[in-house]
Amino acid sequence: MREKEKHWLVRPETIRWLWVVFIVVLAVTVAWEALLHRHPHFGIDGIFGFNAWYGFLACAAMVVFAKGLGYLIKRPDSYYDAQNGVTSDDPAGAGPAGDDPAGDGNAD
Amino acid sequence: MPIEIPPGLILIVAGLLLPFVPYLLRAALLLIAPLLTLWLIWQVPDGAVLRVDFLDLSWMFPKDAKVDPKAFDLILVQGDKLSRLFATVFAFMAFGGGLYSLTQKNVTELAAAFCYAGSAIGVVFAGDILTVFIFWELMALGSTLVIWCGGQAASGAAGIRYVCIHLLGGVLLMAGIMDYIIATQSLAFGVGAIHQILGLDRPGTWLILAGFLINAGAPPLSAWLPDAYPEASYTGMVFLSAFTTKTAVYVLIRGYPGFDILIWLGVFMIFYGIVYALLENDMRRILAYSIINQVGFMVTGVGIAGSSNPEFNALALNGAASHAFTHIIYKALLLMSAGSVLLMTGKRKCTDLGGLFQSMPLTMICGTIGALAISSFPFTSGFVSKSMISASAGEQHLAFVWFALMAASAGVFLHAGIKFPWFVFFQKDSGLRPPDPPWHMRMAMLLFAAACIGIGVWPEPLYALLPYEVKYVPYTAAHVVEMFQLLLFSGLAFFVLLKLMKRTLTLSLDLDWFYRVFGVWLSAAIVSAGRIVGRAIGAGITRGGGRLIRGLFRHHGPEGILARTWHTSSMAGWIAVLLGVYLLTFFL
Repeated sequence: MREKEKHWLVRPETIRWLWVVFIVVLAVTVAWEALLHRHPHFGIDGIFGFNAWYGFLACAAMVVFAKGLGYLIKRPDSYYDAQNGVTSDDPAGAGPAGDDPAGDGNAD
Repeated sequence: MPIEIPPGLILIVAGLLLPFVPYLLRAALLLIAPLLTLWLIWQVPDGAVLRVDFLDLSWMFPKDAKVDPKAFDLILVQGDKLSRLFATVFAFMAFGGGLYSLTQKNVTELAAAFCYAGSAIGVVFAGDILTVFIFWELMALGSTLVIWCGGQAASGAAGIRYVCIHLLGGVLLMAGIMDYIIATQSLAFGVGAIHQILGLDRPGTWLILAGFLINAGAPPLSAWLPDAYPEASYTGMVFLSAFTTKTAVYVLIRGYPGFDILIWLGVFMIFYGIVYALLENDMRRILAYSIINQVGFMVTGVGIAGSSNPEFNALALNGAASHAFTHIIYKALLLMSAGSVLLMTGKRKCTDLGGLFQSMPLTMICGTIGALAISSFPFTSGFVSKSMISASAGEQHLAFVWFALMAASAGVFLHAGIKFPWFVFFQKDSGLRPPDPPWHMRMAMLLFAAACIGIGVWPEPLYALLPYEVKYVPYTAAHVVEMFQLLLFSGLAFFVLLKLMKRTLTLSLDLDWFYRVFGVWLSAAIVSAGRIVGRAIGAGITRGGGRLIRGLFRHHGPEGILARTWHTSSMAGWIAVLLGVYLLTFFL
């Protein structure tokens, strides 16, 4: 698909602009904190921009942890069928023919 | 004069009628029954309204125990603010779910869903623990039927696994109830914290807790929820998300406020939900894991309500109760959005989806509003409820809990707030261009989206419904800015680390592996071991039995020594010998 035919929201120049706006908003939320009188409970949460860096680091830690755990516990999504001897000739796992994915009572 | 019928009964009766009425009447029932129920809920005054003479259990106790026979009455309806709060949101959910399901062709599913919703309302109005149990089990039956009506390849097996876990929970609960009755000589429920009434030494405390926690999706048996719920139909999961886990939160608020073990279980559930949702590829399973995550916040809230300052406890319990209320609405909204995608595309997996914002704008907008609400974005419902729990933890200086809750708030935005809308509606262009779903589904989504924003902008009506007086002020400049920082930087983390979250065609192993794979192996091993042992025993019996029969045949057969015809004289001879032996022993 040519760039012009793409929805305006997914064109690279729009995405570039979205990033610029996003970064400006991030900067504003941090800068705004300087104008506020906050009530930290524990000391460390009173450090400037605590919620910003804590949020970022907590998320990064969770993503990395999940990635690591994934190596241990991820299996192909046909795993249980294979274990229990259900054979499926549909590698995409969309279910056998005649399946009713929407569950609306219509098999088609 | 209050009307003396349990409000939940309206939904149960409506549910039982649904399969037998023509379409138009069915549509009317789906919409009117929940509204009638809602009206009845608000007619229930404080205190016991409907008592039924049941079994006089005083014979179980010694004569001098002076047991009050009235203590064994069933109290089918007992009202207070907490009951009405939960019942209100359950009835609202039934209405929204009914509207969303107007064109669902599987009437059995709708009937089951309405009985399920009515039973949930039955639980929250139950004034005694036996009534709690009765409606609790009816919920298990209704929800299992909803799963079985799912029409997906795995619905049948998932429903069996689901009902086994819930029947186990019911057995534990019943065993605990027996101990509770013996210890308290009464059926009354909600008269105080069970762990304080019974003490930590009695098994009843732990058995009832285990029964409640299984329904909450707490570890170690959390896997039933993401296993079973996504196998329901596009409408079924909307109903399922609301009732089972939230009645569990309700009974925990009533039965175990301030029990500190709940803090650790809750925090575990919060992070379990986030990590598994991050690994998940199925859009509705992502939302199922996030139910456990959100219920974790509520369970933590119940756990931290044990401080010496009643104000902090009230804040925590208000937080847990209001979070259950808002969660039901935004999670239903998210699942309505996911259900619409499932109905219109027939696809569930993030790897198959993407770019749907182009042709399903309304579904995308409503899904995004639900996603913002679950992330507690300012001006959405999650913001005004969840922050009460972390505020109570902060006021009590529970450092570990507070830092965990803050990290988890960031993580909610990561795993549900952005991940769900991003991978379903944006991400890549899957080439799918389905339209938005039928009008009534759009209406239901708009109604719930409006509720998410309405409660967020104007929380006072919700606060007025809460069990304790609310002094908490959610909208301070500092709180809003802090929340924006936390969430927007989580968003930054999401997009920076997007490569690490590439979707794969995988599932994640959980403790259900033990009953889905290991249990199958074990039973197969036992069967083959049994077969070997059985064969050996059989062979032994054949061999030994053959020898026995041969021996018998030798002695008693036609040629056998014992089968011969004996002469009368030999018999007389033998008698003489016996007599001789007898005389001999006598003289000796």
